Amino acid sequence: MARIVAGIGTSHVPSIGGAYDRGKTETPAWKPLFDAYVPVRQWLKDLQPDVCIMVYNDHGADFFFDRYPTFAVGCADRYAIADEGFGTRALPIIRGDLEFSQHLCQSLVYDEFDLTICQQMAVEHGFLVPMHLCFDPSETGWPVASVPIAVNVLQHPLPTARRCWRLGQAIRRAVESYPADIKVAIIGTGGMSHKLTGPHFGQMQADNDQDFLDRIERDPESLTNITHQELMHRFGVEGIELIMWLVMRGAMSPSARKIHRNYYAPMTTGMGMITLEEDQ
Amino acid sequence: MTNPIHAQLQPGSRIGGSLVFDLRMSWRGLRINTMCNALSKPHERESFKSDEEDFMARFELTETERAMVRQRDFSGLLEAGGNIYYLIKLGAVTGNGLYRIGARMRGETYEEFLATRNVPDSV
Repeated sequence: MARIVAGIGTSHVPSIGGAYDRGKTETPAWKPLFDAYVPVRQWLKDLQPDVCIMVYNDHGADFFFDRYPTFAVGCADRYAIADEGFGTRALPIIRGDLEFSQHLCQSLVYDEFDLTICQQMAVEHGFLVPMHLCFDPSETGWPVASVPIAVNVLQHPLPTARRCWRLGQAIRRAVESYPADIKVAIIGTGGMSHKLTGPHFGQMQADNDQDFLDRIERDPESLTNITHQELMHRFGVEGIELIMWLVMRGAMSPSARKIHRNYYAPMTTGMGMITLEEDQ
Repeated sequence: MTNPIHAQLQPGSRIGGSLVFDLRMSWRGLRINTMCNALSKPHERESFKSDEEDFMARFELTETERAMVRQRDFSGLLEAGGNIYYLIKLGAVTGNGLYRIGARMRGETYEEFLATRNVPDSV
């Protein structure tokens, strides 16, 4: 039987990708962010997950408002690197696990999640930044297969926080009903606080971010009752992305143990990270 | 808040000074966002750079929308339904990065904006 071994919540700020591509990970401005992920990569290397479920949002690289899915799940053997308007980043293509994806989609739909199933999907910074923060690519590609799950956090009405939590619970049921003996990691991405429009562009709310990190670990259900209105008040309109961390947390057991935690707020977005490990 | 439709979001509101991109905004901004979305393709970026007026005509922007693009009026484009993540592509092709766009929203120069940041070197 397959099982979930690790859950991670992490920001996916695009400037992290820029710093990574330009070799700035050791500069004073970026070291506090990148250093925090060194032990995370080692921890994942030791856990050896076979598949990583990446819960992220597209920022206009592969999906458009002509038809816009609430939950879109990758169901392919590979995923291309998208051009977001700046050219394509020099990263290895994303390897999929077709059989697992097909099982996941079937299980989620019969569990009453009406997904958009994508046999072609290109991934962008929302996916790629967490990917290269958590895993080291080699000449042969990434050490783990991936399943992208894209969530609508751009065009209201968005799925509720509770719906995201329940999707996570359904993902856990899907994993635990997969017959192959594989290990699965799940990453919820986005946030933390940020505002990208209006006179308070760049304003962060660090206290609210720290409170979210506390609660996602110890009291995640308290976050599922919060309305979008209140979430955007606490974390900024674009900080609503944090609902995707609830998909990850819903897939983990209540007793999962915190292993790492980091917070860094250098510019316009609170960059948070937490990792959780299941009891073996 | 008894109507469940409004339980998540108060309609038409700004939150913390920011616009909320909902279905009304998305419909209003569909032409702008469709044009910006095309800029994800390298050959379309070249088309925009070689003939901006022809590019805007192809996506059937209104005259008001075209004037805002000419003036690089990103705040105006946001009010007109442009989505920030799509407008960033227009910013990239016109040399206006997100932080420059944001500085203007705050009524500051780029340098003034950077001086307000915790770690200005993390650009």
